[in-house]
Amino acid sequence: MLKTQRPPLDVVVVGAGVVGAACAYYAARAGLTVAVVDRGPVAGGTTGAGEGNLLVSDKEPGPELDLALLSTRLWRELAERFGAAMEYEPKGGVVVSATAAGQDALRAFAAGQAAVGVTAEEVPAERLRDLEPHLAPGLAGGFHYPQDAQVQPALAAAHLLREARRMGAELITGETVTAVLRGPDGAVRGVRTDRRRLDAPAVVNAAGTWGGELARLAGAHLPVMPRRGFVLVTEPLPRIVRHKVYAADYVADVASGSAGLQTSAVVEGTPGGPVLIGASRERVGFDRTLSQEALRRLAAQAAALFPVLADVTVMRTYRGFRPYLPDHLPAIGEDPRVPGLHHACGHEGAGIGLAPATGLLISEQLTGKRPELDLAPFRADRFPADTGTDA
Amino acid sequence: MPTSPSEPVEAPQSARYDLAVVGAGPAGLAAAVTAADLGLRCVLLDGGRDTGGQYYRHPAPGLGAARPDRLHHGWSVYTGLADRLAAHERAERVRFRGGHQVWALERTADGFAVHVTRGPEAADRTTVPARSVLLATGAYERQLPFPGWTLPGVVTAGGAQAMLKAGLVLPGRRIVVAGSGPLLLAAASSLVTAGAEVPAVVEATDYLGYARRPGVLAAVPAKLVEGAGHGGVLLRHGVRLRPRSAVVEAHGTERVTAVTVARLDAEWRPVPGTERRIDCDAVAVGHGLLPQIDLATELGAATRTAPDGAVGLRVDARLRTTVPGLWSAGETNGVGGADLAIVEGELAAHAVADRVPKPALLRRRTRLRKFAELMAAAHRPGPGWTGWLRPDTDVCRCEEVPVARIREAVDELGAGDPRTVKLLTRAGMGWCQGRMCGPAVACLAGPGEPGPDRRPLACPVPLSQLAAGPSGEG
Repeated sequence: MLKTQRPPLDVVVVGAGVVGAACAYYAARAGLTVAVVDRGPVAGGTTGAGEGNLLVSDKEPGPELDLALLSTRLWRELAERFGAAMEYEPKGGVVVSATAAGQDALRAFAAGQAAVGVTAEEVPAERLRDLEPHLAPGLAGGFHYPQDAQVQPALAAAHLLREARRMGAELITGETVTAVLRGPDGAVRGVRTDRRRLDAPAVVNAAGTWGGELARLAGAHLPVMPRRGFVLVTEPLPRIVRHKVYAADYVADVASGSAGLQTSAVVEGTPGGPVLIGASRERVGFDRTLSQEALRRLAAQAAALFPVLADVTVMRTYRGFRPYLPDHLPAIGEDPRVPGLHHACGHEGAGIGLAPATGLLISEQLTGKRPELDLAPFRADRFPADTGTDA
Repeated sequence: MPTSPSEPVEAPQSARYDLAVVGAGPAGLAAAVTAADLGLRCVLLDGGRDTGGQYYRHPAPGLGAARPDRLHHGWSVYTGLADRLAAHERAERVRFRGGHQVWALERTADGFAVHVTRGPEAADRTTVPARSVLLATGAYERQLPFPGWTLPGVVTAGGAQAMLKAGLVLPGRRIVVAGSGPLLLAAASSLVTAGAEVPAVVEATDYLGYARRPGVLAAVPAKLVEGAGHGGVLLRHGVRLRPRSAVVEAHGTERVTAVTVARLDAEWRPVPGTERRIDCDAVAVGHGLLPQIDLATELGAATRTAPDGAVGLRVDARLRTTVPGLWSAGETNGVGGADLAIVEGELAAHAVADRVPKPALLRRRTRLRKFAELMAAAHRPGPGWTGWLRPDTDVCRCEEVPVARIREAVDELGAGDPRTVKLLTRAGMGWCQGRMCGPAVACLAGPGEPGPDRRPLACPVPLSQLAAGPSGEG
């Protein structure tokens, strides 16, 4: 069945996760006519399985940190309007180190970050418990990152989409994109779903972990691979964890490309009461099998940071698949190989945090403005064609 | 690091069980003793202290109940199974492990690792290795919320029976029994027998569903006798049956003092002008049972939707699920009562032992299953029940999520399925993990058939036990 749209679309955003929602929001705000299409519901993929980390603390100076800093500013603007609805909390992060050598490494890392605008305050061992009264004794020290924040990812996506719809965007859920339409010149002309055709001169690939598949439909190679993660959720507790707290080895795990299981507990409280404990990383395709080893390590590491957690009950666990690109940078911007195809995917575990910056940059590119950041590091054609996927 | 308590090893690798049966209700008990009869080494695991499950729940010995049989239909069947179990335990063919709550099944190279928590009190876990697993985890009650349902004094129909069976206590003196399904008559009958006054049994259907297939009913005469038995008891106590009606509101401040009952149309919409108030000090309400299948769906087992909309496991004639080595008997395959559960337990044990059961057993299962489907179809909730909700009625009582918030998520935020509603409202994220509000949320989320719930942890697990890791693993 073919349906034609009444107002011609300027852009079709594929993916109703937080990145797609941010793309739709900023595009609609820029005056574009937008349709968002997703084969599932709003926030049905990785967004719905995310913790909502808005972190600058774990990023070394470079293009990803530039994105994160831009996003930090944009999240603050968004929070003025939707903060409570999205459960935005500018709670700050605390990175702790067990050893003096680890603290030295953190200090060097923070100095580099400070040079590009990250606020990081060293916390000596004896003052750690002022920030986090329940931290384990014997830690060597830590750093406090007041710019780190938290948001409830599904609510963030839903409210950005609601706002986009108020500005005229159309949301189509439960429809699968089956083809990316291209003209004789190779340029994008829209998409076909299992129910209709959506004509538009631009398509945004915000399909997250499935972004490689969408790129393939458009004839472009983009090796997005799933990197599985588990999160533990405790029973509701009084506020015993105030910041996002994690151990220094988290940074190394995020930066690693290993396929093997890595865990480094990131512990945080939520407005609802439960404490969330992430984050494991392993590349096992889309295997949903519960990993006893991942659960064991997350639980043990969380209890090592906060001994009080050993006495609580874990109510549930969930898993998700982060969209991983081999160099840990997302693909953002128009694909030089396919005019009109704009990528906004592959953010791995940072997609919630980086969503507003991604959306803003895409909308600037779509409206012919000069993007606020140089998009060259995020070009989709940076991967050789033989970079395989393990999905 | 938390120190992990040294874990008892249930069975060394060499002594891996042939079969781990999860759940010691009618299906699990029957399966374990039959499997032992057939020469399998079995372990029977249950979260409760004793065998019997919900159906054969019985008082703790300290209460000195002289006649637990008076509360139970088919008590002798239970004692027969329990005696056989005891004999097998003495001969070390079966081990019963009470207080063992299974929270996950893990597939291993040669079978399963059954992950067990022994609760926060015992504060330890154990891992039971088994070549195959039989799921006999039964069912839990389906609840449909109504204004006032969170008031003290409003209990589930099954909960009222459980209180009676386990503690010999009544939830009140004057108890309205409401909802839908055969459990209502059984519950009302137990309550009046125990001395309560039951001013009304309020049943949402008209029972015509049964009449449409008289042949199926006639094929299971015991069911007619059972129904007639409850009916006789209720008649003798002057209990009024109000078909095609529902409790649409419970009144009271400290606790329930009265309910409003209204007639329902064929779609279960309350008919305006038919409301009547009934004074009471308790309400026992339930809308049938839902299969408890988290352990299997987490492994990817295929499911089917029964005529009442409940999602159960898909099994073949030998009670095999679609997961190799995983079997399922009783309510997990679609709710059908204790008699069917026992038959399926026996059949599954035969299948696990690779033995051919008596044809009569197979025929009996077919008859009882047909009856179960008929019963399910008769009590399927009509879509109009949401008509008795108000915007401020809490749907998820753990997280206190009212109807209005769920409608906002659906109408404004683009949620069209239960999982997205949960993500956007927290409905189903509390202690019961959506077992209480799941059916209601699914109805409010949209027209689609609900898929199976996914709960990677079938029950809460102390963090220290997760941190300790599995025991006895190679």
